[in-house]
Amino acid sequence: MPTPAVTAEGLEKRYGEVRALAGVDLTVDEGSLVGVLGPNGAGKTTAVRILATLLRPDAGRATVAGHDVMTEPDAVRAAIGLTGQYAAVDENLTGRENLELVGALLHLGRRAAKDRAGELLGAFALDDAGDRPARTYSGGMRRRLDLAASLVGRPAVLFLDEPTTGLDPASRIALWEVVEGLRRDGTTILLTTQYLEEADRLADRIAVIDGGRVIAEGTSTELKDRLGEDVVDLRIVDAARTPEAIGLLRELAAADPRVDAATGRITLPVHHGAGILAEVVRRIDGAGLEVAELSLHRPSLDDVFLALTGRSAEAAEAAREVAAPPRRGLFGRRRGAAATANVEPVPAVTTEVTA
Amino acid sequence: MSAATTSPTAAGLARRPVRRTPAWILTDSIAITRRNMLAVVRNPQLLVIDTITPVMFVLLFAFVFGGAIAVPGPISYVTFLMPGIFVQTVVFGGTNTAVGIAEDMQKGVIDRFRSLPMARSAVMIGRTTADLLRNLYVVAIMFTVGLVIGFRPTGSPLQVAAALALTALFGYAISWLSANIGLRSKSAAAAQGAIFLPIFPLTFVSSAFVPIATMPTWLQPIAEANPVTVVVNATRGLFLGTPDTGLVLGAVAWIVGLVAVFAPLAILSYRRRG
Ligand SMILES: Nc1ncnc2c1ncn2[C@@H]1O[C@H](COP(=O)(O)OP(=O)(O)O)[C@@H](O)[C@H]1O
Ligand SMILES: [Mg+2]
Repeated sequence: MPTPAVTAEGLEKRYGEVRALAGVDLTVDEGSLVGVLGPNGAGKTTAVRILATLLRPDAGRATVAGHDVMTEPDAVRAAIGLTGQYAAVDENLTGRENLELVGALLHLGRRAAKDRAGELLGAFALDDAGDRPARTYSGGMRRRLDLAASLVGRPAVLFLDEPTTGLDPASRIALWEVVEGLRRDGTTILLTTQYLEEADRLADRIAVIDGGRVIAEGTSTELKDRLGEDVVDLRIVDAARTPEAIGLLRELAAADPRVDAATGRITLPVHHGAGILAEVVRRIDGAGLEVAELSLHRPSLDDVFLALTGRSAEAAEAAREVAAPPRRGLFGRRRGAAATANVEPVPAVTTEVTA
Repeated sequence: MSAATTSPTAAGLARRPVRRTPAWILTDSIAITRRNMLAVVRNPQLLVIDTITPVMFVLLFAFVFGGAIAVPGPISYVTFLMPGIFVQTVVFGGTNTAVGIAEDMQKGVIDRFRSLPMARSAVMIGRTTADLLRNLYVVAIMFTVGLVIGFRPTGSPLQVAAALALTALFGYAISWLSANIGLRSKSAAAAQGAIFLPIFPLTFVSSAFVPIATMPTWLQPIAEANPVTVVVNATRGLFLGTPDTGLVLGAVAWIVGLVAVFAPLAILSYRRRG
């Protein structure tokens, strides 16, 4: 049996009225990558902060690299790297100085800190920019520097909190490649994300989190068996005949078809979507129904949510916002600012989904 | 991306001693101080502000109020005023601490520090030390400009040095007070507002700019008890070569007292936050 590098049992955290975590259980095996997938406000950052010793839970316990986060925080800190949701680079220092500072605070010794900084600048394609203040860096460069800073101590366990949120598609793919490299080298990684596509591509196992709880857990294949690999969205012109259409299509679906009551849109989780699309059209046509809208896409976080909870991720977040009026977050930024990014499907660049 | 980035199996879990040693407080504080100083040096704007502000204060007060205010005794108003301006300016300099800490927290840099096995007190010590160094620079500038416009200290070099040191150290004490406000602020702007609330009355209801005898009688006892008054009067005596031992000891006591209260408080609340 693989040894767990991260364990969490019944983690709870409350902020006044808001239950940020309502009992999170999580295990990350050594050398594996677990993706924690959930909408804004689900509790991802709170969980990461507890595991990284930045925050004390109200209840529950957690270990990282075999050390208790509450009683042996220094041992945990020596074993982890943390890349937070907002890049924690010092704008006034150069890339090199940022990395050397972290080396100094890890007590690596001047020489070793210098060497390590040079090594990482090279590995992250920052050599040329290494001696420029980080304030001159692009968003993608900042993220890379931030990630490099979390690797100075050669961490055994790496926490990445929404590492690609806000990145352009090219930077996002570049970052994925870096993460895959780290994973290959044996680093244990816990990565949070709002994108199913990202978790799908990177993670060995995915934990879906909502309302401070893990609501589903498994490999990407296991989740897909429940959700389908693709999603067909269909709306027919005569809304009254929607049930009839569902009847025709049910046997094609990988999981129960769902209907959005407001728009009459039928959502059909399917396997091998491209092959099935023609069959969908044939059956609808054959019954004399007229198609108003038809599309095939990869499941988004929203689809996962719809399947697991019966409501959309957007609705989950909206409910959260009502419960907890917008407030300034941990970093003085308004939480929920990225709300629109929530349901937006990730550019379809990953096609090598486990078939 | 190979062994260059990580190799946890080879150099993993047991690679570093994680036993905290007291030496970390020193080494980590130096690292953080250096980091904070680099921010000043790298920001031409900050450097200019640090240079212009003291010059401006000295010139404004000396020339605007210079003729209007009569001071007791044979000394000129400039000579009376300079020690007051020095203290006021370092107190304002101490407010930088609140702003710097709030800014770091806002930007997530503090999160990085918290995730490292470093001495936690170093974040606060490094910040206040950097602000002390900034204040020393400010004091040097003000002293020079003062001399140019007619400030004539008559004390011995040692007495003058002691006066300048007391001034800078009082700024350091204010930095620690300021650190506590920074830690409780949600943004740099909020910190700036909050810290000036106590700082304005503190500097102006004092003997810094006008003799206390010119104030309304009900205000006089408050002004007398104000630590700014104590420090300003102590340094005035030192600059003029007529130090009042009681006042100097009083100033030292205020500085030590403020640091003794607010430094542990700041370090504790930094540890406890989050
Ligand atoms: N410092 C805080 N004070 C009050 N509420 C907070 C704080 N941090 C997070 N929350 C609330 O806790 C919930 C979970 O937040 P978070 O862990 O940041 O979610 P995620 O990272 O998944 O977006 C949200 O409702 C959020 O508003
Ligand atoms: Mg988050």
